[in-house]
Amino acid sequence: MKKNIWRTNGMQSLIASMICIILGLLIGYIVLLFINPSGAFTAILTIVKNFMTYGRANIRLKYFGSTLVKTAPLLMCALSILFSYKVGLFNIGCSGQFTAGACAALYAALKWGWGWLPCLLLAIIAGSVAGAIVGVLKSYCNVNEVISGIMLNWIILYGTNTILTAVKETASPYTMQMNSYGKKALLPSLGLGKLFSNNQYVTIAIPLSIIIAVLVMIVLDKTRFGYELRATGLNKNAAKYCGMKEKRNMILSLVISGALAGMGAAFFYLTGYEQWECTKASVPAMGFNGIAATFLGGLNPIGTIFASFFIQHITLGGAYVDKTMYCSQISDLIAAIIIYLCGFVLFLKLTMNKLIDKAEEKKGGKN
Amino acid sequence: MAEQYAIEMLNITKRFPGIIANDNITLQLKKGEIHALLGENGAGKSTLMSVLFGLYQPEEGIIKKDGVEVKINDPNDANALGIGMVHQHFKLVECFTVLDNIIMGVEPTKHGFLQKDEARKKVVELSKRYGLAVDPDAIIEDITVGMQQRTEILKMLYRENEILIFDEPTAVLTPQEISELMQIMKNLAAEGKSILFISHKLAEIMEVADRCSVLRKGKYIGTVETKSTTMEELSAMMVGRNVNFHVEKKPANVGDVILEVEDMTVASKVHKNNAVKNVSLKVRAGEIVCIAGIDGNGQTEFVHGLTGLEPIVSGKVTLCGNDISKAPIRDRNVLGMSHIPEDRHKHGLVLDYSLEDNLVLERYFEPEFTNKAGFLRRDNIRSYAEKIIEQYDVRSGQGPITMARSMSGGNQQKAIVGREIDKNPELLIAVQPTRGLDVGAIEYIHKQLVAQRDAGKAVLLVSLELDEVMDVPDRILVMYEGEIVGEFDPKTTTEEELGLYMAGAKRMEVKA
Repeated sequence: MKKNIWRTNGMQSLIASMICIILGLLIGYIVLLFINPSGAFTAILTIVKNFMTYGRANIRLKYFGSTLVKTAPLLMCALSILFSYKVGLFNIGCSGQFTAGACAALYAALKWGWGWLPCLLLAIIAGSVAGAIVGVLKSYCNVNEVISGIMLNWIILYGTNTILTAVKETASPYTMQMNSYGKKALLPSLGLGKLFSNNQYVTIAIPLSIIIAVLVMIVLDKTRFGYELRATGLNKNAAKYCGMKEKRNMILSLVISGALAGMGAAFFYLTGYEQWECTKASVPAMGFNGIAATFLGGLNPIGTIFASFFIQHITLGGAYVDKTMYCSQISDLIAAIIIYLCGFVLFLKLTMNKLIDKAEEKKGGKN
Repeated sequence: MAEQYAIEMLNITKRFPGIIANDNITLQLKKGEIHALLGENGAGKSTLMSVLFGLYQPEEGIIKKDGVEVKINDPNDANALGIGMVHQHFKLVECFTVLDNIIMGVEPTKHGFLQKDEARKKVVELSKRYGLAVDPDAIIEDITVGMQQRTEILKMLYRENEILIFDEPTAVLTPQEISELMQIMKNLAAEGKSILFISHKLAEIMEVADRCSVLRKGKYIGTVETKSTTMEELSAMMVGRNVNFHVEKKPANVGDVILEVEDMTVASKVHKNNAVKNVSLKVRAGEIVCIAGIDGNGQTEFVHGLTGLEPIVSGKVTLCGNDISKAPIRDRNVLGMSHIPEDRHKHGLVLDYSLEDNLVLERYFEPEFTNKAGFLRRDNIRSYAEKIIEQYDVRSGQGPITMARSMSGGNQQKAIVGREIDKNPELLIAVQPTRGLDVGAIEYIHKQLVAQRDAGKAVLLVSLELDEVMDVPDRILVMYEGEIVGEFDPKTTTEEELGLYMAGAKRMEVKA
């Protein structure tokens, strides 16, 4: 029997993701219409254009670079969520692990003046410890990973705020400028910044995150470890039956998830693009947007690369919306709507399969 | 006037891409009769029932109710026509009471408030009339499987269904419950209900059904009166050849002790008491030992303790001279233990893995399948899978890359049997290996067990089916309430004698 091209997973993911994006933009547009009809089309266009709104090529390039700078950490968070999802766990604690990574990287950079590599490693360790806590609780005490993850998010957030107060600027709630106080910890650019009209924030973080996405795919698809993890995720009982250490696998996958999130934080804060705000009352949205990026990317590491870019693209694009027509929250609102719709990819895939079933049933009658 | 049929499915043809699931099938159910539908797995029984329920639309053929053509577009239409079904896996809400389950979906209400008293009266009346003993206030998870099934039957009766479909209803019941069910079915038929009884247990069909229609590979083979046929004839119709009911085997050539269990105690998951109490037994090379008993007497827990799925409370397990009482599952496997699990979907397979990935489930870590760097050797996995598929005749749509979920139950089981036997174990533990399988597959699996024994392996069979218990093993141990209460030689014992021990009426001192 010839395989129906619409049945292939990749094709379905792609179409479902595209439909989600279009639906998200459409609903975003309708919301804008309600708030202020006269500027709605311009506004939605601005969001989609992001850095393309600039007339000059070199400025465009520079802000394209900035979008990439924010894509790298989001991609890492998305990979973090994807990795544990393959083992059947929903790592909503990703934001907390990201925060832990930020805390470790910034403290080591600003307080101890460490170089970028040890800072990065410390962030990875901090993230994996946060992941391990959730994993151990899940494996040995059967605590739901979503509950313990969310609660841990808050503990880590306020812990981080407390710790990083030691390295904040005296006059503001923000941590000290990396450019002046943590120069050694800035990620090397290796000339990448020059390619983007001297965007100083463009560093090796961007290519590294893509390499890691490829690595994640290889580990999951091609290795014994990935085979075990996926088996554990799909059927815990069968994994146990055939002698896999299913508890160890669960903990390990959350440790790796945490490590990926922690690394993402280092990829972001060690560029100096943003400072940590020590009065933050919520964990960074990066970890939650990671969920959307994972699903929009069709649960595929490579798809996740593009999904992460798209989400950052519209989030940043939202910043350019005309603030005289719309209040300043509108950009976040529209981005949030689009991201929310991105979560519907799996649902759409299901619907598509049903439609194909119906079509094949009809065709079956003729041959 | 022509005979009155409650439901007629005339010349039904249902095609799926690449396969004709139902090829010109006619099924006529008389009013007040018990009509058996017999066929192997994959013969098209489920498809036919799905057509009757409106889940599929047939390409050809019509359905008539009481002689009038009807169109069934979805299950709601089927309900409206009075067609009800007891599924093989019950559709009950575990934490609701029997009464709540019965009225679910058709709750009598007044101004939006439930009127349970009215419903209760009707349920009690129905349960008296048909001899369906249930406690309307019991919670589903607390009652026996037999009572759960009676709840399902009451659900159909409460909805005043006239045509009752039973999908393999005896698969989950104890022998006593089976005879009760047979009586219930006869009562229902006597009250004018028409019953369609899907099964591949020939003895039950002979006992309870008036007529039997046989399907084979999507084709309609024929309908016979059970009074004027024999089990042999029915099974030949079903599989297309004569089936050997008795397992042929040479005298056992017993060797060294392979498995020794001393005073094993295993905790129960459902209640506080220990499910397995101080069990001792030995299995030697070249013999098949069967643990017989009624379901729920500690067999499952015993096997879990033996295979390492659950920790044991006390006792010692020795496999080929190695103490494995606390060994991890992987070590037990490597030391030569193979385990055909009771529940193939829960333990035996990763249903969303391909067949080839399932076939290496216990060997993927071996150097043949994983290289030194930890990468899977896909080519070797493929060729190994192809070998097993060929050798054990595992049939599937796309060979090694077929998803395990899409395979038929019999072929899933064959894949597991092939995987476990090909590991070349010293001890093969087979727990209800023929559960839910058709005659052809059962015969095949029994042959494989005997072949292992003849090759000098130790085989431990756990079975609930008396035919299997009497036929396959060299020694029978009866388990009752977590203890071994009797040891028998199948050649000298009788089913009646075993039954007394299985029901706890008699016991003897058994030395391991």
